[in-house]
Amino acid sequence: MTEKKRHSDTRMVPVPSHSIVPERDLGSQPVLETSHLGIEFGGLKAVEDFNLTIGRTEIAGLIGPNGAGKTTVFNLITKVYEPTTGTVLINGKDTHGMNIVQASRLGIARTFQNIRLFGNMSVEDNVCIGLHNQIRYSMMEGVLRLPRYWGAERKMHKEALELLSIFDMQDLADTQAGSLPYGAQRRLEIVRALATNPSLLLLDEPAAGMNPHETEELMENIIKIRDRFQIAIMLIEHDMNLVMGICEGICVLNYGKVIAKGTAQEIQNNPVVVEAYLGKRKEGEK
Amino acid sequence: MTKAKRKRLIYNCITFAIVIIAFIVLQSMIENKTITRALKGQLIPICCWIVMAVSLNLVIGISGELSLGHAGFMSVGAFTGAVVSGYLLHGLGVENETLRLVLAIVGGGLIAGLAGVVIGIPVLRLRGDYLAIVTLAFGEIIRNLVNVTYIGVSDGALVFNFLRKNVPENTRMLVDGASGAVKVAKISTFTAGFVLVLITLVVVLNLINSRSGRAIKAIRDNRIAAESMGVPVTKYKMMAFVTAAVLAGMAGALYGLNSSTVVPSQFTFNQSINVLVFVVLGGLGNVLGSVISATLLTVLPEVLRAFADYRMLVYAIVLILVMIFTNNPTIRAFADRIFAPVKRLFTGKKEAEAA
Repeated sequence: MTEKKRHSDTRMVPVPSHSIVPERDLGSQPVLETSHLGIEFGGLKAVEDFNLTIGRTEIAGLIGPNGAGKTTVFNLITKVYEPTTGTVLINGKDTHGMNIVQASRLGIARTFQNIRLFGNMSVEDNVCIGLHNQIRYSMMEGVLRLPRYWGAERKMHKEALELLSIFDMQDLADTQAGSLPYGAQRRLEIVRALATNPSLLLLDEPAAGMNPHETEELMENIIKIRDRFQIAIMLIEHDMNLVMGICEGICVLNYGKVIAKGTAQEIQNNPVVVEAYLGKRKEGEK
Repeated sequence: MTKAKRKRLIYNCITFAIVIIAFIVLQSMIENKTITRALKGQLIPICCWIVMAVSLNLVIGISGELSLGHAGFMSVGAFTGAVVSGYLLHGLGVENETLRLVLAIVGGGLIAGLAGVVIGIPVLRLRGDYLAIVTLAFGEIIRNLVNVTYIGVSDGALVFNFLRKNVPENTRMLVDGASGAVKVAKISTFTAGFVLVLITLVVVLNLINSRSGRAIKAIRDNRIAAESMGVPVTKYKMMAFVTAAVLAGMAGALYGLNSSTVVPSQFTFNQSINVLVFVVLGGLGNVLGSVISATLLTVLPEVLRAFADYRMLVYAIVLILVMIFTNNPTIRAFADRIFAPVKRLFTGKKEAEAA
């Protein structure tokens, strides 16, 4: 199939004409499609006319100077904010009017810029919250300790440890999440998000506070996660080594507007992007 | 079994062991008649306050919502219990006291749970301190509502009215407005109280350590993160709140059927604060702590009857001291050092190496 397949069962949506996705994802429906997405906070247009398509197994990057509106885009996709304009389609489904929980059930999971772990709970319990909707039993079954409780808890324990082993954290399962070192907290957030079995994983500055060695490891792990779970990952990051190293499609935001989209190479050589980050080059300066 | 699970299991076992041993000791004291009358009279109230404290701990310590109307649910339970028991005796002629007590407790729990649902549905959807304000009002509303409620049995049928003059002449009153429930048959037993405490502990401890309990704790720790993980916030807040209301209603029924008269003014805001003191003193989220502090603070005023007037003063001082001590790192480190050998006994040698 050469043409990108885009369809919606219920209604026609404006299709962004200038989006790119990896060639291998052409045959399948994009995980995320946003069109003319925008939000205003009392007259301030925090994000404006944001169009993006993310392929099924793409690693996408969202970059831009501080205050460009990157986290706001994440909040719009995960329905923390209801957009003022435009639509968000997740796996082809319109998320209009949904709340955070409903959006998460469509298959989005995220991490947070300022870490939001369940600090008083153990590492394993944090992952188990991610598994909340994967392995279920009712309150009564839990209170009366019926056979289903034991089976489900055993399965949860096994799966939590397996997920933690992605980052070699299975030995920390009993530690209180709030007392983990910073880097480990960031990794735990990723594991917890993965536990919800998402089709799109949103990482908000995953490498913040990590040393170069840890960042290197994180890059390998992000690719490993994509390959193993066959999911799309979108990340906000200021570490350009990470972004240019692993992101396939990159989108650059400035003042709430998309100023460039393309592959790592295209972005690096784009004068508009360079200007946004470094300012205009003076006439005659080399 | 992992270390955390073993620790949890030991904690639960200690909690149950303490309660069961206390029951056996007290029961044998009753049989040997070595127990003082004052203490014997306190046994059932102690059970009630333990249930109240543990259930309020579920709301405040585990789900992190402030509820200031827990005595309101107790009141609902107490009067429902009195009506159920009275109706069974006078309306249906059920003589079996155990059956009446059980049905009264179940009835009290159900109606209190219903009240919890009615309050919880609008309020738990909001963020912030709304629950505290609404539950505070709820306690007062219930008190005033019972003041004008007249329930009685007339010719084997239940009569219900808000005006005394509309109640037929030959009615046997069960709830008589501001005079409360009168001539209640005292059918509560210490064994029933003990069973209720056990049920409460099983429900609360098992709930905390299950999928639902984890979700409740996750919402307390970080609401947005829990929502992002697909945990429906309102549902789990309701679960904690209504479970607590049901348990408080059951405690109320047991409490009401322990005395011949129950008046609405017994369940005031002060009682709610009392229970809150039990919870805070025992430690937020600490079930065993609630059990112990509820017991001590119920017995203490009776023991120090001469100083009963200063009880609230003592409460305030104790609360302030506990807060200072538990938040002082030096004192905490000192306490940890003292208790380290005890801890090592349970958790094995690994802990000692880590320290």
